[in-house]
Amino acid sequence: MQRLFSTRTFVLILLVLYLLHQDFWFWRDSSNVLGLPVGLTYHILYCIVCTIVFALAVRFLWPRSAAPTRQIDHS
Amino acid sequence: MTLTIILIYLIVVLGIGMASHRLFRGTGEDYFVATRSIGPFILLMSLFGTHMTAFALLGASGEAYNNGIGVFGLMASSSALIGPALFFFVGTRAWAIGKRFGYLTQVQYFRERWQSDALGLLMFGVLVAFMIPYLLIGVMGGGITMNQITGGQVPAWVGGLLVCLVVLCYVTFGGLRGTAWANTFQTLVFMTLGGVAFVVIVHDLGGLTNALRKVADAHPELLIRGDKISPAKFFSYTLIPLSVGMFPHIFMHWLSARRAESFRYAIIFYPLCIAAVWIPSVLLGIFGSFDFPGLAGPAANSVLVKMIAAHAPPILAGLLAAGVFAAIMSSLDSQVLAIGTMFTQDIAGRYFMHDMDEKRQVLLGRLFVVAILAVTYILAQVADRSIFKLAIWSFTGFAALVPIVLAAMFWQRSTKEGAFAALITVAVSWCLLFYQSLDNPGYTVAGSGFMPVAVILPLSGLALIVGSLLSPRPERATVLKFFPEERP
Repeated sequence: MQRLFSTRTFVLILLVLYLLHQDFWFWRDSSNVLGLPVGLTYHILYCIVCTIVFALAVRFLWPRSAAPTRQIDHS
Repeated sequence: MTLTIILIYLIVVLGIGMASHRLFRGTGEDYFVATRSIGPFILLMSLFGTHMTAFALLGASGEAYNNGIGVFGLMASSSALIGPALFFFVGTRAWAIGKRFGYLTQVQYFRERWQSDALGLLMFGVLVAFMIPYLLIGVMGGGITMNQITGGQVPAWVGGLLVCLVVLCYVTFGGLRGTAWANTFQTLVFMTLGGVAFVVIVHDLGGLTNALRKVADAHPELLIRGDKISPAKFFSYTLIPLSVGMFPHIFMHWLSARRAESFRYAIIFYPLCIAAVWIPSVLLGIFGSFDFPGLAGPAANSVLVKMIAAHAPPILAGLLAAGVFAAIMSSLDSQVLAIGTMFTQDIAGRYFMHDMDEKRQVLLGRLFVVAILAVTYILAQVADRSIFKLAIWSFTGFAALVPIVLAAMFWQRSTKEGAFAALITVAVSWCLLFYQSLDNPGYTVAGSGFMPVAVILPLSGLALIVGSLLSPRPERATVLKFFPEERP
């Protein structure tokens, strides 16, 4: 379970999320999804996906990638 | 009614901040970083409250009134990605290094990381310069909001003075602990009130579907990004939240964490907190377009106040005012304390008053808080309202400094020459582009559509890399001090 994803994979996921933020494909789309304009729904779902990704990172990468070293983290 | 609620609110905040004084241990470390004892929930709330200003309530609704739903993606969801990522990689490291070496400011870290007093001084100057407009906007915004919400009953100078006095009391007495406690309460207040205002107003408008249908009929362009926001502007704005990595007040809150694990809630729940505050603001802003058409310029920022006055009971107007004050003060208190700490530690303690005892450190820290608030208040009375336009420039400056903190923490080969090159590049290019933007509303670099941050940030990174590679390698002892995992 601890090897679900590495720091490198996590950084890659963050880069993909950054690219997904530029949703040019919904630029002029006025349709409604889940009761809201799709351009807004997309970014609300985006926030939820970010929460899930960070929760996974905290669960599986902590504290190896977050704190600099074991020495410092437990000093 | 509104005024009474605001006064009750201010008294409650004051009480919370002052109550924290009971735990005060009388040391400099306790005053400036609460003896690094802040737990996960208070860290989340104080980081979020410090980051979100009154703009998240009033400015966001005003922007949405003019530019539609795209404002959420433009200003909110990018922070949902970049903010927690910086907490995860930079915040936890800043905390660990700060705890290990006893740092109280980011300047102390950069000065020792690259073994350069001059770099520390230049960094201090640049950080304070970028903070000045940010501080002024808080005090001016408090005064103007008080004036608007009370229908002109309270002059702007009185509103600004009230904000300053309340912040002054609980920051000088409670230090960072008082600030964090007050921030937690204030963050809960403005998050809750935004949600309550949204539910009440949408109910009065006949439901969400009905309100959206009215917008679609009257202003369909507000339901898409369309021509209101260009792709270049949208891209540029995603770089602005990088400023979180270099804000002195955010750095100070990072240092206050009890342990690395205290960051977990902030990393996980930050995106949801952003959504909880910005969704109501953006939607109420676009609903205001059919209720109050024709609000031009800064008048659009009053759309939320107008919506509440028209669709909610008077008590909610008072509570919203309290929420706006919560958002203003929860940023202003941390900013003032951070700058006060920098003056105490990086200037007075470093160059004029060596070997200060704990009592003197605290006294000096308090005096600097008083002085900074006094100067900010006086400047806010004479500054032109156009200073509000400087907010984005302030964020641009901080975002462009981020390569420096990334290099300090992740690139062993980085040198003081590289850090100097980046700092000077940011200062010079910022001034040049700012000069070009004067009298040019909606300025983009060379008319390209890209905002200045999209140019200054890469230039800063490039200067840091080139400057470092062209200079001698840093001393091995320094590298080992900050990257102990390299020790054989």
